[in-house]
This record gives sequence, C-alpha cells and structure tokens, in this order.
Amino acid sequence: MTSRKPAAKVVTVMDADAVRRAITRIAHEILERNKGTERLALVGIRSRGVHIADRIAQAIAAIEKVDLPRGIVDITLYRDDLSRGDQMPQIRGTEIPFAIEGQKIVVVDDVLYTGRTIRAAMDALMDFGRPENIQLAVMVDRGHRELPIRADYVGKNLPTSRQQQVQVRLVEMDGVDDVVLEG
Amino acid sequence: MAFTQRNLLGLEGLPAAEILHVLDTTKSFVEISERDIKKVPTLRGKTVINLFYEASTRTRTSFEIAAKRLSADTINISASTSSAQKGETLADTARNLEAMRPDAIIIRHPSSGAPHLLARAVSSPVINAGDGQHEHPTQALLDLFTIREKKGKNGSIAGLEVAIVGDILHSRVARSNLYGLIALGAKVRLVGPPTLLPQEFRSFGVELHHDLRKGIAGADVIMMLRIQRERQGLNFFPSLEEYSRLFGLDRAAMAAAKPDVVILHPGPMNRGIEISSEVADGPYSLILDQVTNGVAVRMALLYLLATRGRSELEREVEARAAS
Repeated sequence: MTSRKPAAKVVTVMDADAVRRAITRIAHEILERNKGTERLALVGIRSRGVHIADRIAQAIAAIEKVDLPRGIVDITLYRDDLSRGDQMPQIRGTEIPFAIEGQKIVVVDDVLYTGRTIRAAMDALMDFGRPENIQLAVMVDRGHRELPIRADYVGKNLPTSRQQQVQVRLVEMDGVDDVVLEG
Repeated sequence: MAFTQRNLLGLEGLPAAEILHVLDTTKSFVEISERDIKKVPTLRGKTVINLFYEASTRTRTSFEIAAKRLSADTINISASTSSAQKGETLADTARNLEAMRPDAIIIRHPSSGAPHLLARAVSSPVINAGDGQHEHPTQALLDLFTIREKKGKNGSIAGLEVAIVGDILHSRVARSNLYGLIALGAKVRLVGPPTLLPQEFRSFGVELHHDLRKGIAGADVIMMLRIQRERQGLNFFPSLEEYSRLFGLDRAAMAAAKPDVVILHPGPMNRGIEISSEVADGPYSLILDQVTNGVAVRMALLYLLATRGRSELEREVEARAAS
C-alpha cells in the first residue's frame, strides 16, 4: 500500500456570472430589508470585503441612483488570536469617513466561517459610535460558527469540512472573479 | 518585510526595511488618536512599565498614552520615587521587575547602554526611551515619520537634505536620527560650533558646517536640537547669548533657508536661545506634529513588540531549549 496523499481537489463553486448575480441580489435584498437607502452605509472588512462592498454600492447606485457612504475596517487590533502568531500581522488601517451614530451599517466580508472576524469588526465599529443596527453581508457562508453570529445576506451557502479551504477570488486582487473550494 | 526585533535599543544597524515597516505601521495608529473613543483592545491584560531615571514630560507621557490607548495597564517608576534612591543597582531593579512579569519595559537612563543591560536581564521586550548620550530611537522614528509624511515622495525620503543643528556632541536624538536618516537614504549635514561638533562625525559620511546660514541653505528639513543648559558649566561655548546669536534659528537666519523648508525640534525648547518663538510657532514648524506622531509611533512599537506578551515569548524559549 502506498501512503501517497491524494492531490487536493479544487472545485469551482461560483463562476464570474454567479458572483455578479449574487451581488445584484444582495443589493436588492439590502434595499428591500431597509426600505431604501436612508441612513444606510456599507463597511467592508479588509481586504476582500472592501471590494465586495464597493461592488454592492455600485449595484445599489445603479438601482436607486444613490451613492451610499462607505467605510473600511481593519480588524487586526481587535483580533482574539494576536498573541499566538509568529509575527505581528501588517495593519493597513480603519477608515470610517462618516458619523456612525444612528446609521444602519451593513458589514461586508468574503467568507463567514467561525464568526470571530465579524465579532472583531463589530467591536471596532462600536468604538466609533452607536449605530442603529449592524447587518452582515457575505459572499460565502461555509458554516462552523464558534460564536452566535449569522449573516443577513448570503451569496452562497456552502457546506464544507474544516479541512477544506474556501477562496473568494476577485478581479481587483486576484485577476479573476470566482469562488473555489479546495481539499 | 516584517519587524523581527525583540527589543528596540537603538536605530544603529536596524535595516531600512524594518524602519519602514515601523513607519508604515504607525500610519494606522494615527487615526485611533483622532477618534472619540481613543482606545483599541490590542494590549488588554498586558502590563507596560515606564522606568524613568531621568526627568521627562513628553516622552514618558507619550509612552503612557500610547500604552493606554492600546488598553495596556501602565506603571510609572521614576528615579526620584524608586529604590534607586536607596542604592539599588539597575541589575537588581531589573530582576525584581522581571519577577512581576511585565510584558514590556520602557527605560530612560542617564547612562549609555543601560537599556542593553536591562534587556539581557529580563525576558520582556525593552524599549529605549533615551540612554545617556547614546540613542533615543523612538524620537528618531517619530522624526522620520513626520519628515516622511510632509516631505516624502511616494513614501521615500531618499535624497532629502536634512540639517541637524546644535549640540550634536551630547545629543542622543542627533545620533539616532543620523542612523535612521542615513539608512533611509537622506543626505544629512550637521551644523554647530566646533566644540559641539567634533570632526569625528565625518565618519558618518555627512557634511559638517560651523556656520548656521551655510548649513541650512538648500535644506529641505531643519532639525534643531536643545541646548543642554545643564551642561553650561562645562564651557563648550562662551555664553548663551553668543550661541544664540550664531546658531539660534530666528527669522533673519531663516532667510538663508528654502521657502518650503520644515522645522523640527524634539523639545523641550529653549525659546530665544536655539529657536525664536516666531520660528517655533511659525507656519513651517512641525513641532506639535512631532508630538502627535510620537504617540502613534510608540503605539506601533508596542503593538509590534508587546502584543504577543511574555507567556508566548517564554513558551518559545522553552521550545527552543527542548529541541
């Protein structure tokens, strides 16, 4: 018997069209749930959440002719695993160029997994003020939550094992739009 | 490139890439001090000790604010209230502090090399907040950050002409800045009376000037140093009045400088001696920007050095010993 490890399998679970349609649908769902764009703002989590937030904003602008306020949150300083790593992760900064007080904030990320990133992002946002509420939009929900957190808007629910890896690839960073499952 | 140091004892020998990493990291910390809630939870549960054997307002406060904005608990020990008064040696103080398990120690000491001695005695990271006439690395880093923000081109200060003026001989600020500026490719000239600017400084590969106006002509940045009045009995120059007339930066002297020059001073200023109030409070003065940036630089350093905490460092040491 050989103990050769099988090569990791890579499956494309969403192609560029599927990603585009998911963003359009999420944009509509956000508008429907919030009854328009009043006091609504988008905050992307670095890095990929920022680009997805930009695209949702573009889709909402196309539907409603309104440019939503947009922010960026870097969760590094709020992580619960900082003292574990070998070297400190590079920080690229938080930018919230609008008053968060009383706003409805849609936090945007690429993959929802343990929920720890979202916890950190919510803590970071709360340090800027008291929003009316915080909602969550993600491209992929892969399960395995370790905290009581759920998404309000989901591009795709993707059942996975913990050994697998989910990658949301975006043109802005990876030169291609798709979602792949490895392992 | 990441920051690989265990301590920050000086800028001598620190690679340019690591200096730039600190400056890049600093950028993200500027914004935190502009918030209504100026606090992030990064160093929650960590203990930072400020061990100051020399008078300091700016640096000690800056470190304390930086640690507090990262949620660390801070303890301030100053020489006048510590056991050093009772004759305890630095090595013994270090062993005792070590037994209280701090996660970072910031030290200022009148003797050059004291932070190095401390770093050998403790397992927590040590940051040099000024040792004798040796180095003051966090001051130089905040100066580099300030220069880069105002005068840098695409994040680079290479080729900038920087004049450091005053008591170079006794200045740890000048020494740390020399190492940092040269590492990042700036062109440095040192300006001061021959007694405070010995020829040995040529070994840094920099220009020396004993005439203020010639020294600052064409400079992009003028960094003024404090005249250390406590050394006045030592006859490095005839009188403060004469020093001020020859090396004081006032409006008349500024005529020799570039119109878009910026001016730095590490504080505390002797107004009317090395710098006139008109210049210190003028439009090209970055002196208060330096203070603001000082907090951000120190937050960045505490983030890079103290976040992992001593438990993690001890585990690493054990793992290395076991393997």
